[in-house]
Amino acid sequence: MPRLLSGAEIVFKALEDQKVEYIFGYPGGAVLPIYDELKNHKSIKHILARHEQGAGHSAEGYARSSGKPGVLLVTSGPGATNAVTALTDAYMDSIPLVCISGQVPTHLIGTDAFQECDTTGITRPCTKHNWLVKDVNDLAKILHLAFEVASTGRPGPVLVDIPKDIQFKKGKYKFFKNTLKKKLNGKTTHKISNIELDKFIDLIKRSSKPIFYTGGGVINSGPEASKYLRELVSLTGFPITSTLQGLGAYPGDDQQFLGMLGMHGTYEANNAMHDCDLMINIGARFDDRITGKVDEFSPGSKKIHVDIDPSSIGKNIKVDLAIVSDVTELLKSLIKRFKEKNKNFVNSNKQKTSKWWEQIEKWREKKSLNFINSDKVIKPQHAVKRLYELTKKKDTFITTEVGQHQMWAAQHYKFSKPNRWMTSGGLGTMGYGLPAAIGVQIANPGKLVVDIAGEASVLMTMQEMSTAVQYRLPIKIFILNNEYMGMVRQWQELLHEKNYSESYTAALPDFVKLAESYGCVGIRAKTPNELDEKINEMISIDKPVIFDCVVDKAENCFPMIPSGKPHNQMILGPEEEEEISEEGKILV
Amino acid sequence: MPKSRSAYSIPGKIGKIERHIIVVWVDNEAGVLARIAGLFSGRGYNIESLAVAEVDKKKHISRITIVTEGTPQVIEQINLQLKKLVPVHKVADFKRGEKDILFRELALFKILGNSKKVEKVKKICRKYNPVILDKTNKSIVIQVTALRAEIDKLALDLKTLGLISTSRTGAVAMTKGPKIFN
Repeated sequence: MPRLLSGAEIVFKALEDQKVEYIFGYPGGAVLPIYDELKNHKSIKHILARHEQGAGHSAEGYARSSGKPGVLLVTSGPGATNAVTALTDAYMDSIPLVCISGQVPTHLIGTDAFQECDTTGITRPCTKHNWLVKDVNDLAKILHLAFEVASTGRPGPVLVDIPKDIQFKKGKYKFFKNTLKKKLNGKTTHKISNIELDKFIDLIKRSSKPIFYTGGGVINSGPEASKYLRELVSLTGFPITSTLQGLGAYPGDDQQFLGMLGMHGTYEANNAMHDCDLMINIGARFDDRITGKVDEFSPGSKKIHVDIDPSSIGKNIKVDLAIVSDVTELLKSLIKRFKEKNKNFVNSNKQKTSKWWEQIEKWREKKSLNFINSDKVIKPQHAVKRLYELTKKKDTFITTEVGQHQMWAAQHYKFSKPNRWMTSGGLGTMGYGLPAAIGVQIANPGKLVVDIAGEASVLMTMQEMSTAVQYRLPIKIFILNNEYMGMVRQWQELLHEKNYSESYTAALPDFVKLAESYGCVGIRAKTPNELDEKINEMISIDKPVIFDCVVDKAENCFPMIPSGKPHNQMILGPEEEEEISEEGKILV
Repeated sequence: MPKSRSAYSIPGKIGKIERHIIVVWVDNEAGVLARIAGLFSGRGYNIESLAVAEVDKKKHISRITIVTEGTPQVIEQINLQLKKLVPVHKVADFKRGEKDILFRELALFKILGNSKKVEKVKKICRKYNPVILDKTNKSIVIQVTALRAEIDKLALDLKTLGLISTSRTGAVAMTKGPKIFN
């Protein structure tokens, strides 16, 4: 008869068997038995956050940069509710998280006990699945299933709620492997058929104005997927654009790459999406920031959609060929089949797409990411470009908060590898970047990790600087400080007659002094001519740094697809914005 | 074209609304009904009626029958989203009016009145498998099984005959012939 273990021991046994190295968390009354057990498990290191939301985003950063699920440990009541933002964020961006929460003892559930809340009820809509453990003998099975659900199919967060009495109770432990019957979010199994592949290849061969539109699914499928994507793009000679979440799957500085698409995407990417005759969507989900007005989205194209989640297909846009598959699996078999049958494709096809490439070059000549630089104030775009130039030789990991700085980072920082870019896209969580950087640094010791931040966002989770200092994580917080919630201010300028309602932050802290009080280093750059030197200083410091980059307060993020407009009607800059407002504010 | 004053797009064309009956087989575990109902409310889908009971005692499988309305795109999403839920085993979807499928709802009516009235009630209900479950000299409780619209009409007709209380189930469904849902 196997030895009986306490619930808390079972938790660690399961974490060990899942090869978990780090858990991010915060203790409290209802998880104390689990925290008590921590000391007996040396292979698992606990990272103490300063707020459960911070712990959650750190776990997300860890997961995104390592490809392994992030583990989160919180107490009942407020511990669990604080984690909800991070869980929802992970749900929207398909990040595997396993959240273990304490719960009041079973006999007190439903009595409004101290620090009780209906955790499984609250987190039901923001997790792939959750469990309330009622019997200690179910615990091992549930925990292993939790890891499986989080990391199979379209990844996402799960939560296991463990009442305190269950943590004390003795029960049996067994390692359960592959208990999940449904692998692909609803489909039991799916084998890619040659018929599908041949249809795919046929569409490729027939098209003269093709484009690849790739997304976070390529990153989530693992580094292999990026390798195959590069091979396929080079085999076909087609142009490629990427969503915000897909950046890094294809090298940002490659000639075939048109830059990011969508609301703040490049002119060439959006126009190519609008005018193409074949759109090949790999691992993206036709999000509303990408499609703009659905009725006028790429009207003349055949569309192929590859997605692991069947419910993503046909949700927003109807497609001509839908393939439910993991990206790596699909690309691997597609390339194999393609090579077998089309040895000289690139040469024979060059002529067919040459006019298309000419058109794309014309769009490129607009240089839609250009901005008017200044030698007096630091333009935020210039700051990101300098940061990129000075860090591109290192294997740099970038996280961001949410707002203008996030878009400028996506536009001007060119990624060459997957898993180097961590940003909150779906939920748009201000305060994501700083704690995420902590998780990234944990997963990638010795690497340069920079959070490109806005001063408003970063204040939402600033307390996590204390965590960075405690664990000696030399993360760099690069704040583009314009004293405004920049994106809110921009929308108010464009949509609400410049009524800047509550978007200016008076009484901001002195970020340099704030850095010092946390025990890290503060640097401030005020003028363009000192920027490079200060950035180099930041990179050279082996401690956490808060970099206060004082930038132009009034800069807007362009190009931009105005609301309700199709892809081929972008605004390129402030000059056009004036024109449009005179034309009777079509934009607003 | 209506002007948008937001960063979100304006709604596009809305497709034709259809009524569907969706049958879901789920593990009968705590919270499973909340998961299904939450999926509908969270994504703005509509539940017209709902019937749930365990149908396999050994495997603890419940069968849920949901009547819903939506555009073909929404109905497809409902099916796909339901299939993603961990405790869901399978989902079957039928358009209202499909020929090879049976639907039934059950209703209980309590009627006050003398025997003359009761006779009238029985007559009105006779097409719908009436069963008198309770009878006193002042009242009866009568059970009928019928389609939704028929029960709607019955309830209306019985109003003048002393109907004082109505209790109804949601629809349950089954295919005709030897075939079963897959």
